[in-house]
Amino acid sequence: MFNWFSQIFALIQFNLRTIWQRKGSSAAALFGIAGVVAVLVGVLSIAQGFSAVMNASGKPDTALILRSGADTEMMSGLSRETTRIIADTEGIARSTEGALASAELFVIINLPKRSTGTDANVPLRGVEPMAFSVRSDVNIIQGRPFEWGRNEVIVGSGAVREFEGLELGGRIPVGKEEWTVVGIFEANGGISESEIWTDASVLQPAFRRGNSFQAVYVKIETPESFQDFKDRLTTDPRLNVKVIRQDDYYADQSTAITGLITGLGTLIAGLMGIGAVFGALNTMYSAVSSRTREIATLRALGFGNGPIVISVMVEALVLALIGGAIGAGLAYVAFDGFRAATMNWQSFSQVAFAFDVTPGLLVRGIFYAAIIGLVGGLFPAIRAARMPVAAALREG
Amino acid sequence: MSVNDNGTLVKVDAATKYFKRGSEEIHVLEKLDMQVPEGEFLALMGPSGSGKSTLLNLIGGLDRPTSGSVTVAGERIDRLSRQKLAAWRARHVGLVFQFYNLLPVLTAERNVELPLLLTHLSRAERKKHVDAALDVVGLSHRKTHYPKTLSGGEQQRVGIARGIVSDPTLLLADEPTGDLDRKSGDEVLDLLKALNKDHNKTIIMVTHDPHAALRSTRTLYLNEGKLSTEPAE
Repeated sequence: MFNWFSQIFALIQFNLRTIWQRKGSSAAALFGIAGVVAVLVGVLSIAQGFSAVMNASGKPDTALILRSGADTEMMSGLSRETTRIIADTEGIARSTEGALASAELFVIINLPKRSTGTDANVPLRGVEPMAFSVRSDVNIIQGRPFEWGRNEVIVGSGAVREFEGLELGGRIPVGKEEWTVVGIFEANGGISESEIWTDASVLQPAFRRGNSFQAVYVKIETPESFQDFKDRLTTDPRLNVKVIRQDDYYADQSTAITGLITGLGTLIAGLMGIGAVFGALNTMYSAVSSRTREIATLRALGFGNGPIVISVMVEALVLALIGGAIGAGLAYVAFDGFRAATMNWQSFSQVAFAFDVTPGLLVRGIFYAAIIGLVGGLFPAIRAARMPVAAALREG
Repeated sequence: MSVNDNGTLVKVDAATKYFKRGSEEIHVLEKLDMQVPEGEFLALMGPSGSGKSTLLNLIGGLDRPTSGSVTVAGERIDRLSRQKLAAWRARHVGLVFQFYNLLPVLTAERNVELPLLLTHLSRAERKKHVDAALDVVGLSHRKTHYPKTLSGGEQQRVGIARGIVSDPTLLLADEPTGDLDRKSGDEVLDLLKALNKDHNKTIIMVTHDPHAALRSTRTLYLNEGKLSTEPAE
């Protein structure tokens, strides 16, 4: 019998028009919420950027073979004989030059970080010629590839950005010698961009590794043939290895750090959010009390409690959404593409990445703002609907 | 509209109202009886704090008696739930306030339209009613003005237009001239008188002003919670 929606619509219009009359306290709540959303989106964009690097690093048709029981290349070790058996296994894609398999060595060297000047662990990877076919996205953008058998390295673009001395022509300490940077490469944003590459056969003696490796990277014939390939290797009595898809390997490595960053970010934003809820509560209580007489008049005329509660909550929601949009916009402008490096705790080496403010994160930030607004508006809304009409009419 | 055989529109029966202030009970109305026939313009007078506005609130369904009953147009309104009472007010009561209580962010016509938002009338029908109500109070030319650009007398006439726009059973006015100068007050009283006389509106008006009470068809005096036809000594 009552035209609920026209009641709600009229009340919302009335409420929104009064926001400007309370611009001071409305702005305080709005920017409080904007700050919370900016921090939430900013922190989560770190995790997003980190996992984007890790996800760009793996391909489903590329597999990684480690010693059985090793979770990372650091913990693995494979003899030359083992790597040969692996490379000869059926199921590996082939080119005219042979099977697409690269036995690799993975060591850590110390280089100063540009941002702090302090030493950090930088991964140095020794590869075989097929490495460039296995990882076809590795692409020299400056200089030239290293020459096989010489003390030369090429450096990923992320590593060049984050560490000192990696420019073209720079020299880096490897063991007791200094090796020359002859090229810089990109790898489609993947983790290889944080690495330095060289010839495995010159890296082995420099690190006294004899004729051993740590991992074999192979390109399998098709992503679907992975299980057959894996079964072939793990059932071979001569081998004691584990076989992992490259994308699973990196996704697994990123889980811990993205979990940590996301957890911390959510905690910080959660605590700030509680503060913002009180800000919104304060604003909406004062919004309601400054309109005590108007609200009482509407109720005296017969407007229902439901529409009044909804209209106050919509007002809080609108403030929060504007605040959320401002915060999300700020986070995008300030953080998107911001470059940094952090420790990959699985490989104990640095990973260069860029903060990544995705549309999903923006939506999440604005959704969070909406929740703050609704919680902050609820109690004032109930108060507005519960004021005794006769007494409230005399106020103001 | 249902009216008793004897034409009574409002019947207050042994209504008592007290408020609690801390541990103290303040008795405002004490077993009060009152009847208002349809078509009457009743003035309620009495000193401050005598309970005039409280009585008006009971009749208008803005408050409930502590005990006793209030019947309007045959319906016991003191028994209605808050929600039903709000709906009942929207249907049956037009309210005019001392300080007009217009919403400052709405134009005159939008203020007058408010009670119609509680009906099923279409936008075009609402506009027709609003225009008619503003015409009755002589403010058609000011309909797009905001309250702050209107004089006190004009604001009160907009308030009256809002009170009558839904053609309520009963028009209740609480000190409608209390905030106005004599000239504007007279215009408002003339308007109420005309509504009573020409449109047969039943009006109950609370006032301090004996001059205002002169326009009514009957005046009752409230003193210490009791009604009489004569002012207190």
